[in-house]
Amino acid sequence: MNYRTPITEADLHAYVDGQLNPERRQEVAAYLAENPEAVAQVKSYRDFNQGLRALYDPVLSEPLPPQLRVMPRPRRRPWRVAAVFGWVALGAVLGWVLKPAVLSIEPGPRQLLAQPAVYAHRVFAVEKLHPVEVTAEDEQHLVKWLSRRLETPLKVPSLTAQGYALVGGRLLPSTDLMAAQFMYQKQNGRRITLYIRRGVGSNVTRGFSYLHADSVGTFYWVDGPLGYALSGDADKPELLALARAVYQSLTD
Amino acid sequence: MQSIEQQVVEHIPRLRRYSRALLRGDVAAADDLVQDCLERALSRQRLWRRDSDLRAWLFTIMHNLYVNRLRRAGHEATLAQAPEEIEEFAAPPAADPVSLLELERAFARLHPDQREILLLVALEGLSYQQVATILSVPEGTVMSRLARGRERLRRALEGGAEVTLRRIK
Repeated sequence: MNYRTPITEADLHAYVDGQLNPERRQEVAAYLAENPEAVAQVKSYRDFNQGLRALYDPVLSEPLPPQLRVMPRPRRRPWRVAAVFGWVALGAVLGWVLKPAVLSIEPGPRQLLAQPAVYAHRVFAVEKLHPVEVTAEDEQHLVKWLSRRLETPLKVPSLTAQGYALVGGRLLPSTDLMAAQFMYQKQNGRRITLYIRRGVGSNVTRGFSYLHADSVGTFYWVDGPLGYALSGDADKPELLALARAVYQSLTD
Repeated sequence: MQSIEQQVVEHIPRLRRYSRALLRGDVAAADDLVQDCLERALSRQRLWRRDSDLRAWLFTIMHNLYVNRLRRAGHEATLAQAPEEIEEFAAPPAADPVSLLELERAFARLHPDQREILLLVALEGLSYQQVATILSVPEGTVMSRLARGRERLRRALEGGAEVTLRRIK
């Protein structure tokens, strides 16, 4: 087929991004029909566009943090500045008076369980060479060892029905105590980690709590002596379904 | 008629999405950038012409702040010399469908110029002409950076291992 002007790289990009006029679009489509290599190229460019949207579109529906909700701002006036100083001074006084009460708040499951789980996930989930200390091949040994170190019998939940295979696990320091981390991996390489430790400041939490930090989502809960945190960069509904599966598997 | 503040508010989620992607998922830093952008936009609202595209104007401000930030952090120098290292972090060649995780990682390793253009095109659906105006570069530069960015992603995600070997030799 002859084209009025030859099809260029730029045309392929513009084709993917929907920036061609209808005539040129048809010409590029005809060109693609004869050039499988260009088809592959166009397909991966399209995949990248879709992938970036899949990665970042969820931000659109996140609630705005307080510092971005302050608009519209009133114009500053001298008496306003004075008022601000007044409030700041009052805040300082109150802060000083209330300090002991505020400081006495005990760290709970969020500080002792969910946050360390996020750190541990970020450290090991990306690890290529040494993601775990003991691999799933030695599962029995892994469970025995970690149960002994945590001084509590542990169970490794199975997530095969959800498409995640056990990679293995490791022992970790965790604030004041220690924790066990089990890692699972999906066929596409996506990893989730289950973080388990004792003494998280509460014996039972009602349902799952959720923490999203450093682009890692974590559902955590406390059941008897142990606290559990499941972390991953899967989207929230998928992670919740996985957390439910873990909970089920542990209570069966 | 809506006040400029009301119109700006409607764009905040988009600005956040762009900023988050640009700063590789760092939520706090990304929201700081958005906040700076909003403050600057509102303090300079008299410079905005009512009949022009508010979104493009906001993204221009965001781009300028981002570039300043990079310059201050001295990132530009380290990032500019990265290309040869990039392939070492490439995905295993087996990955058939593009895994989002691998894409995110490969994308984070692109040059900031390429990241900006890919995002403005993929997320915002802006025309190459609009992208060129926002970044104040010629349209041809937008095209060549877009092409280079996408080819680099392809190499990182598809022919990973082979490319590494060839490059090292």
